[in-house]
This record gives sequence, C-alpha cells and structure tokens, in this order.
Amino acid sequence: MSDIRDDRQYTKTHEWVIDNGDGTFTLGITDHAQELLGDMVFVELPASGDQISSESEFCVVESVKAASGVYAPSDLEVVEVNESLEDEPELVNSSCYDDGWLVKFKSNDLGELLNSDEYQEVVDSE
Amino acid sequence: MMYKTCLNSQHIELGGKMVDFGGWEMPLNYGSQIDEHHIVRKDAGMFDVSHMCVIDIKGGASQEFIRFLIANDVKKLNSKGQALYSCMLNENGGVIDDLIAYYLEDDFYRLVVNAGTTRKDLEWISKQSEKFDISINHRQDLAMIAVQGPNAISKTYQAIPGTEEICKNLKPFNATSIGSLFIARTGYTGEDGFEIILPEKSAEFTWKMLLESEVKPCGLGARDTLRLEAGMSLYGSEMDDSTSPLESNLGWTVDLSDEDRDFIGRKSLENFKSRGVSYTIYGLILNDKGVIRDHQRVITDKGEGEVTSGSFSPTIGKSIALARLPKDCSGECNIEVRNKLLSAKIVKPPFVRNGKILV
Repeated sequence: MSDIRDDRQYTKTHEWVIDNGDGTFTLGITDHAQELLGDMVFVELPASGDQISSESEFCVVESVKAASGVYAPSDLEVVEVNESLEDEPELVNSSCYDDGWLVKFKSNDLGELLNSDEYQEVVDSE
Repeated sequence: MMYKTCLNSQHIELGGKMVDFGGWEMPLNYGSQIDEHHIVRKDAGMFDVSHMCVIDIKGGASQEFIRFLIANDVKKLNSKGQALYSCMLNENGGVIDDLIAYYLEDDFYRLVVNAGTTRKDLEWISKQSEKFDISINHRQDLAMIAVQGPNAISKTYQAIPGTEEICKNLKPFNATSIGSLFIARTGYTGEDGFEIILPEKSAEFTWKMLLESEVKPCGLGARDTLRLEAGMSLYGSEMDDSTSPLESNLGWTVDLSDEDRDFIGRKSLENFKSRGVSYTIYGLILNDKGVIRDHQRVITDKGEGEVTSGSFSPTIGKSIALARLPKDCSGECNIEVRNKLLSAKIVKPPFVRNGKILV
C-alpha cells in the first residue's frame, strides 16, 4: 500500500503540495507515483523565477522505465528547486514526501486541491 | 485474462511487481530494477522466462527443414547440444522472429522463440513444414529459468546436485541434459550463466533451490537494461517483419555460404546485399543529462535515424540506446528529446560485457 500523508494536499495527477506558512508552497510527487515509475534516474526541473501557468508540465521525472510529466496545480512562480536531485534523483524514490521534493513556489490562488481521503479515492480507482 | 507461468505464485510471494508483458503476467521487478541489474553484473540473478516458447522439431527431415526455415545454417553445428542464433525471415527478407536453434540429435532440433510472437511463429513454421516429413511439438509443459552473472554457474552447481559433473566442460552456446533438465550456457544479459529448460512440475522446486543458494530473483525490467548494455537486439524494437537483418546489424547471423541452400528470404537478402543497405543499428551514449527513449529522432553527420531501444545504463551511469542510423555515420550526433536537442556519441555496441564497460 502506498503512503498518503494527511498533512498536505494532492492533485489528480499525483503531485502533493504543502503550505510552508511563509507564503511559499513545496511540491513533489506522491508515493503512489514514484512506486509506479520505479527507479528514478533523472529529474528535469524548471529554473528559479520561472512563471508557470496552471496545468502545464513544468518538471519531468524519468525512471529507467518511463518519463513522466509533473503538472503545475495553479499559476505559480518557482522560487527554489531541489538541486540535490541533480546527483541523487533516487531521493524521489526513497523520500518522496521529504528530501525528494521537487520545487518551492509562490501562488496567489492555489485553487481546489484534494485532501488525503479524496486522493486515496483517486489511487483506489486506478 | 493474462497467461501465467508456473512460477507466478513465487513472484507474488517474493513481492514481484506484476505487469502485462505481451499477454503474460510477469514480474517487472521485485523492488528495484537497478539493484537487480547490478546483481547480475556482479553476482548472480535469475529470471523466469517460461513465457518463451520451446518448439521441438523431430523426424528424418529436421535438418533439411530448419536449413530452409532460418537464415543461419544449422549444418555448421557439428556436436550435439550446440546452439545457433538466427533470424527466421519472410519472403521479403523481413524478420518474423529471432530464435535459438539447438542441434540435439540428427532427427531432433529444438527452437526457442519469443513469447510475444509464439502464435505467429507456430503458424508460420507449420505452414512451411508441409513438404517436410517432420513433427512440430510446442512444449507447453516446459518452464525456463535463466541464471545469469559472474557467480551464476557456481551457484547453480551448489543449488542443483549433479549439474557440476555434467556442465563443467560445457562451452558457451552449448547445451546438455541431466534427467529432465536441459541446461544451456546461453543468456540475454552479456554475462556468463545458464538457461535451464525444465518440466513445469520441477520449476518451483528448482527456483527455490536457486534462491537457497542466494541467486536473487530479477524482473524483466533488469533483463531489458542488461540486454541493451550487452548490445543485444530485441524483437519488435531492433527488428520486425519489415526490416531485414542486414539493416539491424545482424548480417553476421545470415549464412549465404552454401549457394544451394535456398532458405526463405534468401533472394530478397541477396538483392539487398547487391544494392547495399543504407541503414543499420549503432549504439549511442548520451553526453547530456536525460534519458533516451524509443522512437526519438537522431540527427547524424550522414542524415537522420531513429532510436530503436533507449534507456538508462545502470553500469555506465548514463543513458544509452540502440538506434537505426545511416550507414557510416560517426562521431557526435543529436537526439531530439522533448523539443530539445541533446548531444550523444555514436559507438559500436556492445556497451558492457562480462561486467566490463567497453565503450
């Protein structure tokens, strides 16, 4: 069973978002997503300062098996990217909710995201 | 409804991540595909390849039939148990399948063909055999376990009593038998080891004995990155019904030396050969970060080509690929990855053999 934490919100496309309380949010991919993709070998990240529009693909996580897009949950501005993933993409497997985060961003309107129960339903329906 | 091999419950018990593999429910990995890859390069791993299809050809005309059926010539097999890699072609010289043919007796040859092509192959072989006095037996009662890696042979000896005695003089690409076990020193990883063909009813016991001897179960995910590093072709990727072996860097498996041997596809191949083919398979190593994927466009100094198998090489730590490129291209090339051009080096496969990086 994949791990779903109730301290954060989720998207239907298997990203998680957590409010850092300082006007920024952190985003990563869920345990379910990393499990499906398998061993991560490359993560393509945007640059700090990039303006991204809602639902656009702004990161790519690549496992041995496949490349998978990561989508912006809202219009956002990237403020920091996880540079340790350049040398250790496997952090997305071993610690998808903590050390394997992808980007920090600012957003005026995060919109409607899923809570952990709702995301569990998405996973169960697959 | 997916087909299951007789080891299916073993895979599930071992935590195998089961996926649909050409209609068969097979383990992609048992945790980490990369760990399993390294185990085969450094120690010993085993794969359930029971989905592959064993076809026994028997009868006085067996040799004559197989010399007609496939592009390589089994006449050069002169000791019992010897194996030959070959393509089976259609009239146009396209590849119906690639296979291994074993010479077992003068009136007995064994073919091992791919899982995904089994039905097509059986129909083709049966149709071609009409004029030959032979029998074709699809051995659905058999399982197959590939034990691969630098320690594969010693661990097999430890796991299965009697195998050392019978296999100690077994040369690469040869097979022998002990009771109902058929043991071939072959594989699809670029490492030494055995492929063991055995009755389904003995498979679970043998698998467990190998586990006891610390042969680690490996999924078909690792099998694919291992064969890619070894520069070995995959049916459906490097070759198919519409491409000839000459365009797949498999010219070495085509034997035209006996002019009287009129095998299926020969005329087309001779035509291709006299006209000259303009594409063949090369290896690529990505200089930039990222991962090369199947069907990506490649731009070389001699024109464009296409990736046939792209993935990540755990041994080299970079992305590698096989690609069908214009003949005589060399040096650096560009690969189109998500609207960007990444730089790669053109090399001659294999990338890795017997644990060593060759490129």
